[in-house]
Amino acid sequence: MSGPIVVLVEHAAGEPDRVSLETLAFARGLANALGGATVEALLFGDAGAGVGASLGAHGAATAHVVADARLAGAYAPGAWGATLGELATTRGAAAVLAPGSDRGAEVLAHAAARLGLPLAANVLSVTPGASWSVTRQRWAGSLLEDATLDAPIRLMSMAPHAVAVDERAGSAPAMVAPFAPNVGDADLVVRVTGHEPPAKGSISLTDAKVVVGGGRGVGSSDAFAELEELAELLGAAVGVSRVVTSNGWRPHTQQIGQTGQRIAPDLYIACGISGAIQHIVGCKSAKRILAINTDAESPIMGIADYAVIGDLHTIVPAISAEIRRRA
Amino acid sequence: MNILVCVKRVPQTGGRIVLTADGQEIDTKFLGFTISPHEECGVEEAVRIIEAGGGSSAVLTLGPAAAEEQLRDAMALGIDRAILLETDGSEWDPMSTAAAIVDAVRTQEAANGPFDLIVFGNESADSGGFQVGIRVAVALGRPVVSGLKGLTMGSGSVTARRESAGGGWETYELTLPAVVGVKEGINLPRYPSVPGRLRARKKEVERVAVGATASRAALAAGSATGAPIGPVKVVLRLPEAQGSEVEILGRGAEAAPAVVDMLQRIGVLGS
Ligand SMILES: Cc1cc2nc3c(=O)[nH]c(=O)nc-3n(C[C@H](O)[C@H](O)[C@H](O)COP(=O)(O)OP(=O)(O)OC[C@H]3O[C@@H](n4cnc5c(N)ncnc54)[C@H](O)[C@@H]3O)c2cc1C
Ligand SMILES: Nc1ncnc2c1ncn2[C@@H]1O[C@H](COP(=O)(O)O)[C@@H](O)[C@H]1O
Repeated sequence: MSGPIVVLVEHAAGEPDRVSLETLAFARGLANALGGATVEALLFGDAGAGVGASLGAHGAATAHVVADARLAGAYAPGAWGATLGELATTRGAAAVLAPGSDRGAEVLAHAAARLGLPLAANVLSVTPGASWSVTRQRWAGSLLEDATLDAPIRLMSMAPHAVAVDERAGSAPAMVAPFAPNVGDADLVVRVTGHEPPAKGSISLTDAKVVVGGGRGVGSSDAFAELEELAELLGAAVGVSRVVTSNGWRPHTQQIGQTGQRIAPDLYIACGISGAIQHIVGCKSAKRILAINTDAESPIMGIADYAVIGDLHTIVPAISAEIRRRA
Repeated sequence: MNILVCVKRVPQTGGRIVLTADGQEIDTKFLGFTISPHEECGVEEAVRIIEAGGGSSAVLTLGPAAAEEQLRDAMALGIDRAILLETDGSEWDPMSTAAAIVDAVRTQEAANGPFDLIVFGNESADSGGFQVGIRVAVALGRPVVSGLKGLTMGSGSVTARRESAGGGWETYELTLPAVVGVKEGINLPRYPSVPGRLRARKKEVERVAVGATASRAALAAGSATGAPIGPVKVVLRLPEAQGSEVEILGRGAEAAPAVVDMLQRIGVLGS
């Protein structure tokens, strides 16, 4: 029988994070495909034991909780990666999975580098066999790659939302087992040494129900006032394309796309945005898209649900005026 | 201060991606090429650090002969010198890429002294492996953090800032020599000046042949053959199109009532 599948589980405030739970669901599917391997979670931090036990419902048989005072507090990428690698080796793991989050990707790369093994990032599906086949995302998901991944332990990070969370994958609580890794001081030198809380008040782009997006067609920093006005009326956040941030019209924190934020609002209003593939990967999870563009042939029309053809500088203020008129 | 920035040449894809008939790569017949955006910001960051504190900067890429274009772009922004690890044009896996960069760093450092800072992008735009910089740092035994959107140089150390998952920021303290992975947004890269471009055109690019595909496994393993490498690309595919039928609500300002009707219908605006 195959060795277990080890899954890195991130958690905060006593709750496992969603992408980690998706990763557990993915691991269960892989375990079945392997003819009944076990799924074992690895958790760091003081709250790990409580969270770990609850992962039984998600199909984890064991929750290894790192018992090392040096590792209990601050996040330390190298030490976490060394720990993950060590656990995988001691357990004779067939595969190691991590969520495709900033930390998940980083910790897995540290594990891979230390083990001298290949790593496939942002995997969507895997077929084990004599040779393992994986499908992974490239270009932030605008392109897929079918590849083979052959190694004694297969290391993979999961593309977020590739599979759904499965809360009925198991019935018994996971067995909580303390894990004391052999991490050296050298692995601990890089760690979080300070925190700054988030700025209060503003609507976060990733949580907003409506996003008003502006691209090159807006034309200038000043002209964003028209979009701001509409956003204000709709309780929306303002987002932008890379052309806008490159021109210095708006801050990069508002950029949507491959190298910016991924949004999932109920409505995305794309004004003067052509719909380049790197922009689309950031907004394709929007429930509906309204495009406002002078060019009826613009690629954005290919994914928009609604469109108004014409100059945004007349259309956007007219929409704001109409909303006010009806209020 | 001595800084090395590692950049990758990637196609400048636009509205949609077209693949070659054999599905092995993006059809670039009608496309230009660029430096991955995160790395472009890495270049800018290096130039700023040297402008502020003095020293020397270098840019390195592993890629085809044509990647010289991206090295010259980086020099046009103010990088002092360039190193091209020239391949036969085939795509390298991340382990082999990291191994070749480690070799090059050792050679460079033996000749010109150590790099205090080696700057990577958080992930390459085309492959998105999220690993080359970390592999290089681990092989060199240097501290590394990825995902950075702020660097402040101290004496013998660098303070690094990155966004936390739950909002806000977390900071790290790295002793030099160190390795960093940066994200777009850490700065706003300048546009190259005309004199900058002219200067870059005249500069030497140091070329190192790193061989063809066959030597990669050996490189990755450090010596032994048959070591695991990968992921090994079989074929590229386009994801299923998310096509939708677009409903034209109208043209120009006259469309405003139809838009507001729609806003009310889908419930984002009360009626
Ligand atoms: C590796 C990589 C990563 C990238 N990451 C991102 C990313 O994260 N986010 C991102 O956005 N881009 C990203 N890009 C850039 C992307 O390829 C495009 O260049 C960019 O999205 C184009 O922005 P735009 O739509 O605003 O501009 P354009 O493509 O120039 O489109 C402008 C649009 O405005 C319309 N228009 C002009 N005037 C008006 C008017 N008065 N009224 C109405 N419509 C008008 C035009 O018809 C056109 O459709 C990336 C590129 C690369 C290579
Ligand atoms: N061929 C290459 N040449 C130089 N640097 C590279 C190359 N491939 C990747 N890198 C660097 O490693 C980073 C991470 O790449 P990746 O692991 O592919 O996501 C990139 O942002 C670059 O800084």
